[in-house]
Amino acid sequence: MHILEVEHISKSFEKTEVLKDICFTLEKSQVLSIIGSSGSGKTTLLRCLNFLEHADQGTIKVNGELIFDATDPSYRKEAVMRRNLRHFGLVFQSFNLFPQYTALENVMLAPKLSAAKEKDYKSHKKEILASIEEDALKYLDMMGLSDRIGNYPHQLSGGQCQRVAIARALALKPDILCFDEPTSALDPELTGEVLKVIKSLAEQKMTMIIVTHEMSFAKDVSDQVIFMNDGIVLEHGTPTEVFENPKEERTKQFLGMLNT
Amino acid sequence: MSTFLEQLPIVINSLNIGFLQTLKLFFVTLLGALPLGLLICFGSMSKIKPVKRLFQLLIWIVRGTPLMIQLLIIYYFPGLVLDNPIWGGAESGRFAASAVAFIINYACYFSEIYRGGIIAIPIGQDEAGLVLGMTKSDIFFKVKLLQMIKRILPPMSNEVLTLVKDTSLARIIALQEIIWAGQAFMKGSQGISGAIWPLFFTAIYYLICNGLLTVLFARLEKKLSYFR
Repeated sequence: MHILEVEHISKSFEKTEVLKDICFTLEKSQVLSIIGSSGSGKTTLLRCLNFLEHADQGTIKVNGELIFDATDPSYRKEAVMRRNLRHFGLVFQSFNLFPQYTALENVMLAPKLSAAKEKDYKSHKKEILASIEEDALKYLDMMGLSDRIGNYPHQLSGGQCQRVAIARALALKPDILCFDEPTSALDPELTGEVLKVIKSLAEQKMTMIIVTHEMSFAKDVSDQVIFMNDGIVLEHGTPTEVFENPKEERTKQFLGMLNT
Repeated sequence: MSTFLEQLPIVINSLNIGFLQTLKLFFVTLLGALPLGLLICFGSMSKIKPVKRLFQLLIWIVRGTPLMIQLLIIYYFPGLVLDNPIWGGAESGRFAASAVAFIINYACYFSEIYRGGIIAIPIGQDEAGLVLGMTKSDIFFKVKLLQMIKRILPPMSNEVLTLVKDTSLARIIALQEIIWAGQAFMKGSQGISGAIWPLFFTAIYYLICNGLLTVLFARLEKKLSYFR
């Protein structure tokens, strides 16, 4: 069974069609990279998967379960969206850490708030909080940030902030982790350290969708690559197919393979 | 005619009593207007158009007319026009009417300061909260509120200092605050008359009070300087 099935997703802003009939599937433990020029719809697609935007048409299934159907307004109810959102995690280009919380608190906040809404929270508060903290420490350690847990975002480098953001997303144990240009706000050195941890997640068989402009990274880490252009999936295949043998002229042009 | 040194304790005692009333109005206004302002702020940012328009109208009227007029209307309108003097003629009634006028007036100003603080927070904070599965109220209270407070401290300190001095407007409905107490010695009170210096003395009270508030706001700002 596919872990993710995206079928016929379309989205317009005012009169501009940003996504046109997007379809793809993803298998568990696979990494999908989405490449394409700015304005091609990559980010909007990720935002539709994470319900920051609502697709105008189409369906989204996770593990065979329908979690979004554009024709059924009940999928847009806040509580339903919040439940279905648990399948996804999203790491932003601009990190969006909470500035008033330390690295550790950033990672723990959402799991704590979610646990506090469970019925047996009061009677097991201590154990629950201890296990949330243990988890958070584990993810921060995984990101190589064990010595930074008490620091506030403004005391961290961009690369460290992004790694905290990844730990924060992992702490909710999503089935699919999405990255929206995770290194576009970073210099080459910091980019390297963030790509390294994403690669280590791939090696640990995390299912991921990565919107990126880092072509060699996409080629190296992905199982599938989608090239988007003007709101459509123009090319879709293995990294070798897309990067070395693109069928479309536009893909070749984008990858700089044409001598103009 | 008694000497200045003989008059001083009498005047100070009177001003102290007046200033107590000033402080009472100040604190009651803050206590009411700080939360009411947040409510009006939410109303004026509501996605429901009629609600939004209604709160914007309220803010426009309250900010567009003098507080002194609002005081007069709130105090006299029920008795003179509706023939239902809900406030009564006693000091407690005048205080209640003043408190209502001040709370509504200041809540409208606070609401706009809050709104400024909220819209200055990057949308990414909302989005991060949403994709982490947080509810809208969790996002506001656990993520945005402290960031908003940090941003609004400078304009809030302005407004709060102004409030201390604005309480003197309640003099218009004869609330016995410190200006009223000082003025009494011009007309004649406790054997002192024609004395204008007690009125000048009131300035010292305001100055000291606002000095303390300035220090308090500086401390709060420092306390919130641990994040950016």
